[in-house]
Amino acid sequence: MTNDSTEVLPPVSEPASAPAPTTNGDSPHYWNADLPVIETRGLTRTYGGGESTVRALVDVSLTVGPGEFVAIMGHSGSGKSTLMNLLGLLDVPDAGAYLLDGVDTSSLRGDELAQIRNRKIGFVFQSFNLITSMSALANVELPMAYADVKRSERRRRAFAALGLVGLTNRASHRPSELSGGQLQRVAVARALVNTPALILADEPTGNLDSTATAEVLDVFGELNQTGRTIVLITHEADVAARAGRIIQMSDGRIVSGSVPAGATGMGIAPVGAAGAWSPTTALGALP
Amino acid sequence: MLTSALRSIRANLTRAALTLLGVLIGVGSVILLLGVGSGASAEVVSQIAGLGTNTITVSAGMSRGATSFQDLTVEVAEAITPDNAPDVIAVVPEVSTSATVAYGTVSTSATVIGTTPEYFSVTNSPLAQGTAFQAADAAGARQVCVLGADLAYDLFGADDAVGRQLMVGGAPFTVYGVMKVKDTTGGSSGNSSLVAPLTRVQRSLTGYGSLSSITLQAASTAVVEAAASEATYAIAEALRIDAADATFRVTTQEQLIETSTEATSSLSAMLAAIAAISLVVGGIGVTNIMLVTVSERTREIGIRKALGAPWAAIAGQFVIEASLLSLTGGLVGVAGAWGLSHIAILGTRPVISLASVWLALGVSVGIGVIFGGYPALRAAAMKPVDALRHE
Ligand SMILES: Nc1ncnc2c1ncn2[C@@H]1O[C@H](COP(=O)(O)OP(=O)(O)O)[C@@H](O)[C@H]1O
Ligand SMILES: [Mg+2]
Repeated sequence: MTNDSTEVLPPVSEPASAPAPTTNGDSPHYWNADLPVIETRGLTRTYGGGESTVRALVDVSLTVGPGEFVAIMGHSGSGKSTLMNLLGLLDVPDAGAYLLDGVDTSSLRGDELAQIRNRKIGFVFQSFNLITSMSALANVELPMAYADVKRSERRRRAFAALGLVGLTNRASHRPSELSGGQLQRVAVARALVNTPALILADEPTGNLDSTATAEVLDVFGELNQTGRTIVLITHEADVAARAGRIIQMSDGRIVSGSVPAGATGMGIAPVGAAGAWSPTTALGALP
Repeated sequence: MLTSALRSIRANLTRAALTLLGVLIGVGSVILLLGVGSGASAEVVSQIAGLGTNTITVSAGMSRGATSFQDLTVEVAEAITPDNAPDVIAVVPEVSTSATVAYGTVSTSATVIGTTPEYFSVTNSPLAQGTAFQAADAAGARQVCVLGADLAYDLFGADDAVGRQLMVGGAPFTVYGVMKVKDTTGGSSGNSSLVAPLTRVQRSLTGYGSLSSITLQAASTAVVEAAASEATYAIAEALRIDAADATFRVTTQEQLIETSTEATSSLSAMLAAIAAISLVVGGIGVTNIMLVTVSERTREIGIRKALGAPWAAIAGQFVIEASLLSLTGGLVGVAGAWGLSHIAILGTRPVISLASVWLALGVSVGIGVIFGGYPALRAAAMKPVDALRHE
């Protein structure tokens, strides 16, 4: 990672709802500063109706703290993607509550959800989901276009993000001119360019060979080092091993790992507030 | 949003070209076909107007029994005077008959018109060669004549006709002049007629009976109707009948134009129907391609929504894209129609009206925007997860 890009991209998101983290234990805003990024209670999602009903997600309660790197594992069809779509506000649950970075999402609609996705979430998909008619740079600029960032600023930050994933020299290439690993790195650059609170990745290495997988995972590792919260879905154990915590899913339920193992756990040291964050206090913030 | 629309048009040039073609053909053919229709009627109107817009024709009507026999005679024509018809500035009596015209070994049948020297100015029949006969020729019933352009050519070919002597129904006539070629749609067979002094034609060919018609010239276009009604009363008085019982017809050029326009309007209606069909076909083409575009790009819409695009941004992009395409196609169609309008179609030069341009542009662009935009609006309203799953 270059110095240049760290200047341009603040290492951690600073959501309006959560003031800058403080070490002062007496501050009345103390717990608020370390609000979990993800806090769900009883999330349920059912597809279809009648005899063909599929209960893809059943009563999922999950907490992810700021700065965590969490891997979600489980068999195919266990509900991982369904969960990610709900966490990413791409879909709405049939029941349950979801607080994203302190914002209750259950009452939000269409454009409000779009704005939250734009500001707080960065997506990385298995099939890349880049827009094929646009250059790598234009793809990376897109989230900022919807955030009303000025054109010159957009260009500058998009270049910086491409630099972060080592693709500055491919900025003007179309997706059809890039390899799988490069495509996914462009997607990662796009996911982080708006400095979101959360990066969601659904089997990001599922279509990549081992070299490209290593490259992409290295980028995720670096991002987590700078304090970004990452939720990564995978069914490969060695990929999951890069994460600080592993959530196991089966038949639409979380089998293990739904809350951080503890303040001293591997990936959950929140930036600037080591050990201070507690899931119990955070849960109290739910309506 | 505009650059984004332009980029996606550039990325799918074939599709854009097809859309454009659909609109282009729709708009172009509507404008052109409507143009042919109005071109045809404009031609008829201008031919009739070429006869003079302030002329009035009086012709004998069908006689309904002996009691109401209303004969147009020279006396009747002379009864129309500046006193009883102040808006009439010229009265041109005409007799017409068919006769054999011969020069040397060439002989042909022609319409012989006997009239006064004012005939040439009132019926807008200028001479190409020679001179018209004068009042003195008419008074003296001289055996002189003026030929229509076709008749002169039939008899003399490229040779000069002026001064030659030819035989009309067995009597020798000297050619004074040849008329210019006239438009013939007005019904007059002016190009193959022979015009001679009324007195001479009556004496040699028709006898002193009734006239075929009387052509009147009004002082100006504005007083044509007044002149027509004055003439009607003057003639009725000369015939000693009530004007309400008149069976002779007094026809203004305007009425003649109206009658002829009615004839061409059925042609126009047919062309308009064909035009409407091509507009609909063009519109269906645009719609089809736009529907394909949106379903192909639902995934892109899903990606954009995932990245936080608000509904308006997505809807706006597709609507701008559809408008851009159909407007460009429409403008090219207008240009194409304008270009083709310089070529005669169905024997007529199309006259493009601004109204047809607006109509065609409006309908095509409307179809493009509505049918291109509507599916996009629907896709923009989808849940992002559904749009992303779209293959
Ligand atoms: N759109 C859908 N319609 C109907 N069933 C679905 C849909 N999406 C997922 N499912 C079903 O829900 C279950 C969980 O799917 P998914 O979340 O994609 O699992 P995973 O990502 O873990 O493989 C599966 O049984 C799947 O068939
Ligand atoms: Mg999946």
